[in-house]
Amino acid sequence: MAEIEITRAEVCVVACAEAWRGDGEVMASPFGTVPQIGARLARLTFEPDLVLTDGEAALMANTPSVSSGRDELVLEAWMPYRRVFDVVWSGRRHIMMMASQVDRFGNQNLSAIGEWARPKAQLIGVRGAPGNSLNHTTSYWVPAHTARSFVEHVDMVCGVGYDRAAAAGPSATRFHDVRVVVSNLGIFDFDTPDHAMRVRSVHPGVEVEEVLGATGFELVVPDPVPTTPMPTAEELELIREVLDPKALREKEIPS
Amino acid sequence: MSDKRATVDDMVGELHDGMTIGFGGWGSRRKPMAVVRAIVAAGIRDLTVVSYGGPDVGLLCAAGRVRKAVYAFVTLDSIALDPHFRKARQGGTIEAMEIDEGMFYLGLLAASQRLPFLPTRAGLGSDVMAVNPGLRTVRSPYDDGEELVAMPALSLDAAFVHVNRADTHGNGQLLGPDPFFDELFLGAARRRFVTAEKVVEPGRLLDEGPIQTVTINRLMTDAVAEVPGGAHFTSCPPDYDRDEAFQKAYASAAADPEAWAAFDARFLQTDEAGYRAAVREASVAAGHGGGA
Repeated sequence: MAEIEITRAEVCVVACAEAWRGDGEVMASPFGTVPQIGARLARLTFEPDLVLTDGEAALMANTPSVSSGRDELVLEAWMPYRRVFDVVWSGRRHIMMMASQVDRFGNQNLSAIGEWARPKAQLIGVRGAPGNSLNHTTSYWVPAHTARSFVEHVDMVCGVGYDRAAAAGPSATRFHDVRVVVSNLGIFDFDTPDHAMRVRSVHPGVEVEEVLGATGFELVVPDPVPTTPMPTAEELELIREVLDPKALREKEIPS
Repeated sequence: MSDKRATVDDMVGELHDGMTIGFGGWGSRRKPMAVVRAIVAAGIRDLTVVSYGGPDVGLLCAAGRVRKAVYAFVTLDSIALDPHFRKARQGGTIEAMEIDEGMFYLGLLAASQRLPFLPTRAGLGSDVMAVNPGLRTVRSPYDDGEELVAMPALSLDAAFVHVNRADTHGNGQLLGPDPFFDELFLGAARRRFVTAEKVVEPGRLLDEGPIQTVTINRLMTDAVAEVPGGAHFTSCPPDYDRDEAFQKAYASAAADPEAWAAFDARFLQTDEAGYRAAVREASVAAGHGGGA
């Protein structure tokens, strides 16, 4: 039997799933295809109590594939947008947002590139990032890790990082918890004395130099640098057969 | 009890240049688009538009009617970014008050409760405070002493929401899964307008859904108009889904001034009946059946 090729996208799915490890009964809010598969994988394996929405106005009792139709969903409770804010402000949530830019201390931007008054590129807007990052655990997913997405300072602070939260005072730091940043190259955290971004692991097949070259600031690099775990056989089967049979993950992270 | 039936033209006839107007819905979902088109047709300008933004913001930007936009995001959902809104921002032709989604909610709630502000953690430490220098913080008078953002009331001159059903007295019913923040837009506004897919006699709303779907009561509304397809091309479940083909055409019209002029001439320089006919024609030409 030929050796099974495990793709980078599949490694990223497991890396995202791991972000929710230990969270228990919280609302997992994944943005992007790979984090969506990851959150479902976490619920089917080590975090069975995670709460997932249907992407509309309800919570989903079952854990179907990310390409399933609405008739395949089993709904368990009502969760319109207005009620999502009750969850946000209660802290019972761990969101994984996308970041057009993320910086050394975990500030995130999805609002605008360039000068804010007349931006070079207007993006979607700050959305809920300022409130999310101050009220509950927040992680980020960056499918294309480059020196343009990992920058020294983001152009517009939407999600609040460790330095800006500290400067804003105790009300900002009280529930602040930027957990991890997952990219196509590795996993990053802020478990350093000054909360500067650290390489937690690089994905299999990625050299540390590649990560450093694609990052616009100085990363904290442990010695040795761990490698992100490969998916287990069980995880691989869930990803390929149950959660993403159409391989949408490969569109987000092409091999 | 008074009959609150009116036409969209009656409603828009109450608006003036420079007003602050809120639109219900969210992104490209259940937006009062017939009203938006009527505002364009009526030539009202210099508006401050307050919205969980979708093509309501984009269309008014494209038509040059917006002085200032108040928003947390502007998106078309299936198309992530509204190109008309981007163009206005990147061209520096509009003022922007960009705030957190939760701050936005609290701003409407404060206005609904006739309070000057409501406190929140959201905004602290972010550049929302920097790009909106008018925002202030407030210190808790209790032992915790926390310093929080004082989100000011987002008071509106007028609000428009589009619902599935309404009755002639101005009660409104939402049969889809999410009522969004429509109640708060109405609460925050001096003049409160509802358009509906269908307007029924009082007492008949329960024919189509349980009492808790009637989330808008007549205390919250001044006038109601029956506008079938009034949210087109945004979604209005369970009555209709988003018209994705039309939304694409709307987005493509941002490509250059000629494309916009063609879109404007075909779909906006006309009345509601003309719009519906043009949409039907476009839909048939594209090989789709229905239309609005």
